[in-house]
Amino acid sequence: MPYKLVCGLEIHAELKTASKMFCSCKNDPFGAIKPNIYTCPVCLGMPGGLPVANKTAIEWTIKLGLALNCKINLFSKFDRKNYFYPDLPKGYQISQYDIPFCYDGYIETSEGRVGITRIHLEEDTAKLSHQDIDLDGDGKPDKATLIDFNRSSVPLVEVVTEPDIISANQAKEYGQKLRQIMRYLDVADCDMEKGGMRLEANISLRQEGKSELPNYKVECKNINSFKFLEAAINYEIERQTEILQNGEIPTQETRGYNANTGKTFSQRAKENAADYRYFPDPDLAPIEFSEAEVEIIRQSLPELPDQKAQRLMKEYGLNEASARNLVLNRKKAAFFEEVLQLSQKDNLDNQKLVNALLNKKIAFELSDKAAVVLKKFKAANTNDSVDDKELETAINQVLKNNQDAVEKYKAGKTAVIGFLIGQVMKELGKKADVNLVRQKISSQLD
Amino acid sequence: MKLNQLTLKESLDALEKKEVKLEEIYQDLDQAYEEQNHKLNIYLSKNEQALVQAKELSNKPLRGLPIAVKDNFCTRDLPTTASAKVLDGFRPQYESTVTKRIKENGGVVYGKTNMDAWAHGSSTETSDYGPTLNPRNPEHLPGGSSGGSAAAIAADLAIVSVGSETAGSIRQPAAWCGTVGFKPSYGRASRFGVAAMASSTDSPGPISKTVEDACILLNAFAGPDEKDGTSSREKAPDFTSFLDQSIKGMRVGVIYQDVAEIAQTNQKLLKELEILKELGAEVEITQAMDPHPAIGVYTVVQRAEVSSNLARYDGIRYGHDRSNFGDEGKRRIMLGTFSLTKGHADQYYSLAQKVRTLYLENYKELFKKYDVLVSPTSPSYAKKIGSSFNSAMFGELEDMLLEASSVAGLPGINVPFYRDDETNLYLGASFIAPMWEEGKIIKITDAFEKNTKWNSWRNR
Repeated sequence: MPYKLVCGLEIHAELKTASKMFCSCKNDPFGAIKPNIYTCPVCLGMPGGLPVANKTAIEWTIKLGLALNCKINLFSKFDRKNYFYPDLPKGYQISQYDIPFCYDGYIETSEGRVGITRIHLEEDTAKLSHQDIDLDGDGKPDKATLIDFNRSSVPLVEVVTEPDIISANQAKEYGQKLRQIMRYLDVADCDMEKGGMRLEANISLRQEGKSELPNYKVECKNINSFKFLEAAINYEIERQTEILQNGEIPTQETRGYNANTGKTFSQRAKENAADYRYFPDPDLAPIEFSEAEVEIIRQSLPELPDQKAQRLMKEYGLNEASARNLVLNRKKAAFFEEVLQLSQKDNLDNQKLVNALLNKKIAFELSDKAAVVLKKFKAANTNDSVDDKELETAINQVLKNNQDAVEKYKAGKTAVIGFLIGQVMKELGKKADVNLVRQKISSQLD
Repeated sequence: MKLNQLTLKESLDALEKKEVKLEEIYQDLDQAYEEQNHKLNIYLSKNEQALVQAKELSNKPLRGLPIAVKDNFCTRDLPTTASAKVLDGFRPQYESTVTKRIKENGGVVYGKTNMDAWAHGSSTETSDYGPTLNPRNPEHLPGGSSGGSAAAIAADLAIVSVGSETAGSIRQPAAWCGTVGFKPSYGRASRFGVAAMASSTDSPGPISKTVEDACILLNAFAGPDEKDGTSSREKAPDFTSFLDQSIKGMRVGVIYQDVAEIAQTNQKLLKELEILKELGAEVEITQAMDPHPAIGVYTVVQRAEVSSNLARYDGIRYGHDRSNFGDEGKRRIMLGTFSLTKGHADQYYSLAQKVRTLYLENYKELFKKYDVLVSPTSPSYAKKIGSSFNSAMFGELEDMLLEASSVAGLPGINVPFYRDDETNLYLGASFIAPMWEEGKIIKITDAFEKNTKWNSWRNR
C-alpha cells in the first residue's frame, strides 16, 4: 500500500467523583432513577448560579497526567467555550483552553510510543433524547427533544494524542491501555456503552516515506467501542486510499460510524475551525499547585499495569503474555499475586500455576481464598518419579544453557531459581519434586 | 416625622427601647409606598407578606425591618427579572446568598427595585419596565443601575436597601439621589444568586441613609461563601467598629483634579474636603493615572463578560425568546461577541487586561503614600430623564471616575458633599481604599458625614 495512516485520538472520559464538577449535585448520571433529579441552579445554568471547582476532580486529572508521563502546569485556569446548543444551559462550556492541567506525555504500545499532547478538565453537557411524544393532545406523536440535566456539569477529562498512531490496531491498543490506566487509578469507570468514555479519531493518510502532515483531516465521531474504532479507521484507510489514488483530496469533514454497515458516513463539512470565543472564566480563580503538592499526588499513584507486568515477570519468572493477561484488571492482578506469593514456600512452578489458572484447568473465582485455590492446584499436580542421575543430568544441562540466570543467582538475586526450576522440569519432561530440584540446584550453585 | 423616614440605626434603637412598634413603621412605609411608588416607579414587586414575616424576626439583629432589594438578586418569594422582559414572571426556586443572610439576620425583603435591564446602564431608564424618577427632583434620572434602590432611600420608601455595582452602579445612583452607597471590595460579598452582569467586578453592597446604616447592613451579609469561588476566604470585620474613630493623621489623596471636564465639581469638592484637615487628616492633591483609558478597559472587559453571561437566555427556558432583549442588551452582546472573536481578542480583550494591570500597579503606588483616595463620584449632577438615549456610552461616561477602581476591585463609599438649592440635586464624593481595607473609608466618610451639613437625614 503506497499510503500510510496518520491518526490522532481525542478521548473523553467522565470522572467518577462523588459530586459534579462545579456544584455539589450528585455525580451519578447512569445510576439516576429519573431524569433531572441531580440538578441545582448551577448545573441548570440559572441566573446567579456560580461554579465552584471540584478539587478532587482536579487532583485526579493531575494523577492521570502523571500516570501518562505528562508534565503538569503548576498554574492553570478554566476558560469559557462559548457556543449555543440545547444541552448547554449556560450557552458556554467551562473547559480549559491554553493552559491544560497536563501536557506532553505518552503511552507505550506494541507498535511504538503514542505521544499525549494534553489532558484537560471540563464539564459534560446535559443529555438530549429525541422522542416521539404526543405534545398537543391530538393522539398523534410529535417530534420532541427532551433534556436530562443529570449529566450536566459532570467532570470530564479529554486526553488528546499527537498524530502518532500508525495502525487501526495501535489505536485500539492505545485506547484499551488508557482505559486500563484510568480504571487502575480508580478515577473513571469508562463505560463506553453508556457514554462514560467517548472516542474521536482524526484520520488522514500520507504517502509512504513522507513525514509531513497531510493537508486534510477527517474527524470520526460517535464511536462507542474499541472494536468499532478499529473498524472505522480501517474503513477510512480504504476509502481515503481510493480517493487519493484518484488524484483527489478527501473532504475535510466530520463523519459518524454506523456499526450496522461497518462504514463511516458524512455528518457535516468542517467549517473553518469554529470560533468558540474562549476567555478565562471570571467566576473561577486561577488554580495553582506547588511542586510539593504534585509530588504528593505522584506518591499516591498505584503500581500501573505496565510496571506490574514487568515486576511479575521478574519476581515470579512468568512469561510476558501471561503477565500482561494478569494485569488486565487490578482485581485479577491482585488475586493472582496473592496466590503466587502464597505458593513460594511450596516451590511450585509459577508459570505452570498461572497457566493452570488462566486456562481454567483449576476452577476458581476472584473471590476465592488464595490458599484454597493453591491447594486445588497442588492436589492436581503430584510428582512423577525421577531418578537422581536423570535429575542431575537435566540440572547440569540447564545451568549450562542459562549462564545469565546462574550469574544473577550468584549475584544474590536468588528468586531466579524459580526460573531455573521451571527449566529443569522442562528438560526432564516430567514433574519432579520441586523442593528436591531446588535443593539440588542450590547445592550446585552455593 | 413619619417612621419610614428613620435611619436603620434610629429604627433599631427605637424598636429596642419599645418607643415604636414594627407595625407602626410598616404602616407609615406602606402609606408612603401607596402615595409615591406609582409616580416614581421604584419597586417592580412588593412583598405582601412583609409585616407577617417581620413579626417572626423581631428578636434578630435587623428586627424585622423592611429592606429594598435590587431586582437582580434571586428571591424565593418574589419575582426576579433584573428589569428584563426576558425574565418576566421568573420566580427563582433559590435564594441569593445576600438576601438569605439578610433574612437570617432578621431583615425583610420589602420589595424588588427597578434597575437598568440586566444592570446595563447608569440611568435606570433602560429598564424594560420604564424609568425610575429621582425623588430629589422627578425631572431627573436617579442614576443606575441600582437606581431603584437609591431612589427608595431618597424617597424614604425603605429603611435601607441593597444594590450591586460593577463600575459605579451603587455609588453613582447614590450620588445622584443624595444617599450613601457602599461598594465593598470585590469578593467581600457573595455574588451567588445575583444575575451576573460582569462577573469579574460585580459586587453587592448597601445603599443607605447614613454610613452607619451601610455598615450595619453590610455586617449582615458580607463574608466568605462556599457557593462563590471568587468570594474572600477571610472573615469580614465588624464594619461598625470603624465608626466614630479619629481620622487624625490619615493621609487623603485627592485625585482627578486635573480632569478638565469636571473642573466645577472638583472645585466644590476641594472646598468641602477642608473639614477633613480640621479633623486632623492630611489632604493633598495627587496625580493618578488618567481615568479615560479605563472607560475602554471597562467597556471591553464588561461587554465580553456580558455577551457570555447572557448566552443562557437562549429562548429555550424562561418562556421568552431573544426578541425580548432591549436595545442596550443587544448592543452589549454584539460588542462583546465581536471583541472575543478570533483576530480581535488580542486587539481588545487581551489589551484591556494589560491596561487593567497598569491601573492595579498605579493604585499600589498611590496607596503607599495615601490611606484613601477621593474624587467626585460622577462628573456632575443627575441628568434629565431621557438623556441616556442620546448616547450609547452614557453609563461609561457618567461612571468614568469610578471605572479604574472598579476594575481593580477596590472598595468605595459615596457620601453627598453638596446640594444645589435651585434643583435640589446632590453631588457625591467617592472615597476608595486598598482591597479589604473598607475600615479606612468607613472612618473617613463617617467623619465627613457627621461634620458637614450635606446628609439630609442627619441634618433634617
